Amino acid sequence: MAHAPDHSSERPAILDKVNPAELPRAKLILNDRSFHWITDKVCGIVEEPTPLWWKILFTVALFVASFTGAGLLYLVSTGTGTWGLRSPIGWGWAIVNFVFWVGIGHAGTLISAILCLLRQKWRTSINRAAEAMTIFAVMCAGIFPLFHVGRVWFAWWLFPLPNQNGIWPQFRSPLEWDVFAVSTYFTVSTLFWYMGMVPDFGTIRDRATTWWRKAFYSVLAMGWRGGNRQWSNMEMAYLLLAGLSTPLVLSVHTIVSFDFAVSNVPGWHTTIFPPYFVAGAIFSGFAMVLTLMLPLRAIYRLHDVINQYHIDNMCKIILATGTMVGYAYGTEFFIAAYSGNSYEKFAFINRAFGQYAWAYWIMVSCNVITPQLFWFKKIRENHSLVWIICLFVNVGMWFERFVITVTSLANDYLPSSWGYYSPTIVDIFTFFGTFGFFSVLFLLFVRFFPLLPMAELKMVSPHSDIHNH
Amino acid sequence: MNERNESIHGVACTFRKPADVYHAAEKVRDAGWKYWDVHSAYPIHGLDQAMGMPRSKVPRLTLLGGVTGFITGCLLTWYMNSYDYPLVVGGKPFWSPIFPFPVMYECTILFAAFGTFFGQFILNRLPQHHHPLFDLPQFARTSDDSFMIVLEARDSKFHLDESRNFLLSLGGQEITVIRD
Repeated sequence: MAHAPDHSSERPAILDKVNPAELPRAKLILNDRSFHWITDKVCGIVEEPTPLWWKILFTVALFVASFTGAGLLYLVSTGTGTWGLRSPIGWGWAIVNFVFWVGIGHAGTLISAILCLLRQKWRTSINRAAEAMTIFAVMCAGIFPLFHVGRVWFAWWLFPLPNQNGIWPQFRSPLEWDVFAVSTYFTVSTLFWYMGMVPDFGTIRDRATTWWRKAFYSVLAMGWRGGNRQWSNMEMAYLLLAGLSTPLVLSVHTIVSFDFAVSNVPGWHTTIFPPYFVAGAIFSGFAMVLTLMLPLRAIYRLHDVINQYHIDNMCKIILATGTMVGYAYGTEFFIAAYSGNSYEKFAFINRAFGQYAWAYWIMVSCNVITPQLFWFKKIRENHSLVWIICLFVNVGMWFERFVITVTSLANDYLPSSWGYYSPTIVDIFTFFGTFGFFSVLFLLFVRFFPLLPMAELKMVSPHSDIHNH
Repeated sequence: MNERNESIHGVACTFRKPADVYHAAEKVRDAGWKYWDVHSAYPIHGLDQAMGMPRSKVPRLTLLGGVTGFITGCLLTWYMNSYDYPLVVGGKPFWSPIFPFPVMYECTILFAAFGTFFGQFILNRLPQHHHPLFDLPQFARTSDDSFMIVLEARDSKFHLDESRNFLLSLGGQEITVIRD
């Protein structure tokens, strides 16, 4: 019986010497900035006198927001008939705008929660602003279903609260699931956002020179002292909220897509909707993050903390999700052809070549073709171009929801009841104004809250390495 | 004679580098201190072990919240659509765990998030706007780029002079007595 060879001593080494390769990691903070530089940079935005551009933009944003106010005032005082909704199109811009804004929000949660779980450290410099974007986008989204109920003063019947009729919400309806999904999403996103800001509020409080600023940020900081016993709980809570937000964000757009998919309308009744909606939401959200962050980066000279690596990553996510969305458009057509269902087949041919073909092709060119430009490094490095492409993506994703909602309703089973939907001026005012409403909130955030997460930036800084003496 | 004085909260000393405070923390832990803390502007990686701290208890409150949320979701949908006002929709059962599942799912997440959020503040004893540390001039810098070890007077090992010397031996820079 042969004895077992002793590998450890006899076998010659394959390599005489092992030289572990240095894996270059992209730097998250350029120019070796110190902790104090980070504090100064971020607190400086809050502490400096209000810049002129801010005052101008804020005034413009308030003016634009007043369009939503005017639109809603007219709607409430007159009735939902002032919107362009006519049989058979019972869902028009209201649901389109709702899905558009909710979708925008999803990138914020993706950055703050999913990328946190995936240990993507590059998320740190953009997560705070992206989370703010999420919350404000969900607020804009909420306006539409809220006012679409018609008698907005009864909107609280959507919630499981006792009312004078003695009846309760009907939990078989996807619209009721949406109430739970979106309100949970808003609440959890706000808690997550605020909790992450508490230590940074503490930093601003500790630097405050005026009485009112000290008082304002003291209240927000809740007496945060930054002891490691506090940090330990804070980090654990942050991780858990990230873990909770991940299934939450996926469920929110899944449930939004159920609003369509659970009904029996051709073009809506498909199982692909949940993943397709989630991919589209992340796609549009990242486009909005870049739309907001590129100008802010230029204004506040944040090039050291939001560098090309961050922009590259975001562009690549837009490219990936844009391609997924394109793939989903293709799959929808294939399944319609394969289904043998003539209504389903018609719904898709009608989308591409029917009366709304113009909207369909805007959608395809903005969502499928434009993001493909991000394959090229030169384009990703040209920030004006990135910004413009992101605008295209935003437009394309709005049209996607328009195409889904309107084409299916306008031309469903009975040709005798077909119609054509156009928005009214009230629809246009209300939607246009939401951009102002969003900007008002975002500008207030930029001015008064820590725009970048200081504590987290310090964590990813090479100076925080305890082995680096 | 014990110099412990009721009006003394503890002794603080500052450090400039995360590595210094990290190694100092290991020594405080090894000396067997119980009531002490390290203040920094960000969570220092590995400091929980260096301080010999147990795992945070926040997850227990998250679980509690999640279980409460799930049960709330079940009871809510059952009570409203099946018990208090049974709704006939398409001849389907009044209640099943399937159709209201999105509601139960969202309630689970919502309550778990409440458990986490409020749990974190409860465990951290926040909000607490008055604390002796806030009167310390150099404390403000710990939320910027400085680090601080605080040994509290309520620890049985605390002795004003000895603790001060102990901190000095750890390489701390400014050593201050914190008064209540």
